[in-house]
Amino acid sequence: MAGRFSSMSRSAGLTLGQKIWSINWGMVFLVVLIFSVGFAMLFSAGNGNINPWASRQAMRFGLGLLVMLAVALIDIRFWFRYAYALYIIALILLVAVEVMGTVGMGAQRWIDLKVIQLQPSEIMKVCLILALARYFNGVSVEDIGRPTYLLLPLALVAAPAALVLKQPDLGTTVMLALAAGAVFFCAGVRLWKFAIVGAAGLAAIPIGWQLLHDYQRARVMTFMNPETDPLGTGYHIMQAMIALGSGGMFGKGFLLGSQSHLNFLPEKQTDFIFTMLAEEFGMVGGLGLMGLYILLIVYGIAIALRTRNQFGRLLAIGLTTNLFLYVFINIAMVMGLIPVVGVPLPLISYGGTAMLTVMVGLGLVISVYVHRDTFISRRGVTEEL
Amino acid sequence: MAQNHDDSTKSKTFSRRALFLAGGQALLFSTLAGRMYYLQILKSDTYKTLAEDNRINLRVLPPPRGRILDRFGVELAVNEQNYRLVLVREQTPNVEATLDALGNIISLSEHDFKRVLREVKRKRAFVPVTVRDNLSWEEVSTISVNAADLSGASIEVGQTRSYPYGSAIAHTLGYVAAVSERDLTGDPLLELPGFRIGKNGLEKQHDLVLRGKQGNSHLEVNAYGRVIRELSRDEGKPGRDAVLTVDVGLQTYVQQRLMSQQSAASVVLDIKNGDVLALGSVPSYDPSAFNRGLSTREWNGLINDHLAPLTNKAIAGAYAPGSTFKMIVALAAMKEGIGAQHSVFCPGSMRLGNSKFHCWKRGGHGWVDLTRGIQHSCDVYFYDIARRIGVDKIAAMANRLGLGQPVGVDLPGERSGVIPTKAWKLANVGEPWQGGETLIAAIGQGFVLATPMQLATMVARLASGGLKVTPRLTRGFNDEAGGIAEPDPVFEPLGIPAEHLRVIHNAMDAVTNNRRGTAYKARIKDEGWEMAGKTGTSQVRRITLAERAAGVFKNEDLPWRRRDHALFVGFAPVHNPRYACAVVVEHGGGGSSTAAPIVRDILTETQRRDPSGAPAFQLQAQAPGQET
Repeated sequence: MAGRFSSMSRSAGLTLGQKIWSINWGMVFLVVLIFSVGFAMLFSAGNGNINPWASRQAMRFGLGLLVMLAVALIDIRFWFRYAYALYIIALILLVAVEVMGTVGMGAQRWIDLKVIQLQPSEIMKVCLILALARYFNGVSVEDIGRPTYLLLPLALVAAPAALVLKQPDLGTTVMLALAAGAVFFCAGVRLWKFAIVGAAGLAAIPIGWQLLHDYQRARVMTFMNPETDPLGTGYHIMQAMIALGSGGMFGKGFLLGSQSHLNFLPEKQTDFIFTMLAEEFGMVGGLGLMGLYILLIVYGIAIALRTRNQFGRLLAIGLTTNLFLYVFINIAMVMGLIPVVGVPLPLISYGGTAMLTVMVGLGLVISVYVHRDTFISRRGVTEEL
Repeated sequence: MAQNHDDSTKSKTFSRRALFLAGGQALLFSTLAGRMYYLQILKSDTYKTLAEDNRINLRVLPPPRGRILDRFGVELAVNEQNYRLVLVREQTPNVEATLDALGNIISLSEHDFKRVLREVKRKRAFVPVTVRDNLSWEEVSTISVNAADLSGASIEVGQTRSYPYGSAIAHTLGYVAAVSERDLTGDPLLELPGFRIGKNGLEKQHDLVLRGKQGNSHLEVNAYGRVIRELSRDEGKPGRDAVLTVDVGLQTYVQQRLMSQQSAASVVLDIKNGDVLALGSVPSYDPSAFNRGLSTREWNGLINDHLAPLTNKAIAGAYAPGSTFKMIVALAAMKEGIGAQHSVFCPGSMRLGNSKFHCWKRGGHGWVDLTRGIQHSCDVYFYDIARRIGVDKIAAMANRLGLGQPVGVDLPGERSGVIPTKAWKLANVGEPWQGGETLIAAIGQGFVLATPMQLATMVARLASGGLKVTPRLTRGFNDEAGGIAEPDPVFEPLGIPAEHLRVIHNAMDAVTNNRRGTAYKARIKDEGWEMAGKTGTSQVRRITLAERAAGVFKNEDLPWRRRDHALFVGFAPVHNPRYACAVVVEHGGGGSSTAAPIVRDILTETQRRDPSGAPAFQLQAQAPGQET
């Protein structure tokens, strides 16, 4: 069996040792570095104490690191083969959360499994990209031009997006749609079709506005004009901007952010942790962290470009874009550039699910890298695995 | 091959588009960096200020209010510790249980109970809620002893204004009370909850000096308003003590003596320097009630009382001076060349035009000169000289002696009284002056009104040898850095010839010390302390002919409110005048029978105590060039 593969692909029969050797350790190092920044910020958020946040987050990260490496070492063809299955499981979980989920922060997002709390919408972010990558891997250049071939992948996006929007979780919906869009785009879908979808999206805004919950509308309105309601919904974003702006060039110093430590900054250990960093370490610290993320994203794109199979390429670009969306949406929202939609800063914000999603995603990207020369035909290779 | 071609096309498309995507992401990241530059560099100062505003809370510290001391340094208004019981929710395991426990050891009304439960719910967990105010010392110690079972309950100490002499000097001191909307001047102190300002009397007059300067405490607070630490503190400046001219011992005596009457007022002055030694007004009130807060019933009781307990009648009560006005008419006449030897025959009345003006003595006084006119208080004599000189000359002399305008004592609400002139009547009544009104004015009736303060000032000016004696109530202000004493005033002469004053002096001497004087019975018998003076009885109504015919015009037979006011003004010792006194007894009947004995007692007591002779509370003299 291995012999048949090796004729088609150089690395199909990698031993475990070879795989570990070929893991992109630079990327792993970056992940650890970014987490270290997060650890320091959670330490500061706990007023100079590793409890309650930093210590628990470190344990989660340790677990996440193992999962990431395990995912990276699993053969890319395994992920190819089970891409649809994983997608369907994630979809079932999304339906389940609708039926029996726990309500937290005004939205139904969680499934309580006693041991861990599962947030299926996060899992779906990875599974959707897997499914789309597999789908576009099997579509020929000619067929991509045919609108009928776009119906299935659009349905793959629409189903989870609708379920997540209903939870309601505007941020995740937007992220699902945009990451999927990146996969569509890189798969070669004609640009004018994006224009049609974009126009349809714009046309749907008035309808969508009606479907939004009051708190979501309030957030959008607040975003448009935060000063109008400084003690109500605009309070969070005003305080975040004060924290950020008062940090100046070099910041107030570690553990010395007055906005964060005197609780003026809301959710400083989760969604608004970037403002705390920018308050304590200034623009230098903020740009430094953004630089680390950019390096990670550059790694992801480079991996996508070097991969010799379409599935790996699309998977890598999709997951990298997903990481980009996390970082961009979070930072843009805490700086008042976009409405507050509740997206955490990956590897930094306190919370397990988002970190695990990102690390599984990065594990997959590394797996793509490790198996970059594996051949996956349009019809797939799953029979031979 | 098709597969390979397909993949290479896909790969090319992918690479192109992935790079395009990367470019888009780079663009978006640079937006973030731009936003960061804008917020953290360009707008940094704005946000730094906002962050500091968030963090730092300025708390105003009220300075202790200055005391008010009498001329010997006796405390008249002080700050007392006010113990109040407060409860902090977050330190109490069960608010209701703690309140129950408190209710067992001190008295707590059902109302207090409900109010505390309500406030505890409304306020943040760390904010103390007042359970009860004004705890007695026993209650404080009971709570302290049981402190172990009362977690969350604690005693806070505040300051409250206290007046040790209570109603005895209430009108002079005034009172402090909560700040009302229209008192706000922008001074942040006034916006402090529980802050008290002077609302009347000296507390109002000297409010700014007594108040002091606010202290400031810069506190670091968190988003919930909990204090994290104090960053800096400036204690401010305590209010300065006001030192009065009053002798509180004499004041208490005067107030006590007046209380033999329903409604009366009195002023005692030091003739040499204008010091107000006592200022009586009866009935009085309890000044601490205003600090505590009056109930609507108490307040209505005070303001609807026809005896006007809240009014300081010594400066705000204006009365027809009656015959005490006659010295002024006499001086005006002498100035116009009508000598003391000018004589008038008094048959008991005088006719002017169609009207008949009666003397108080129905049978008349016969031949009367000026001295006898004052000694016997003969009305006809003064009708005659007043008719000769006219009302405007009388008014000019009255003004010189302090009537018709506030004397300028340092108290709010002093009234000016009325000294009518022809022009005054035209302007205020709208009618020309009638000749008969001059006669009425000459005996201190009709339009003429004067306050006890003005009458005492008049006597002091007469007895000082014609100096412009001006009363004062405050000797100066004292603080830790040393006090500032007002220098003893030097009064300018009024320009009244000494021989005229001597005539008046002798006539007033005769009123009390000549056995035919109207106040002989009320003379001071102690050798060297004798007083001189003048009686006055002023009608508050016209005696009708019918009453005269029916023979009912004895005051004692009339209802209280229609009886005459009784007045007496006097000074002592007669040969070396030091103290002047005026007393008005509202509806008291006769000046000689009611008011004169009160003045006798007051001037006797004044000379016995001799407050002007005793060394006063030491105030440092004002250093040259130093501003007050």
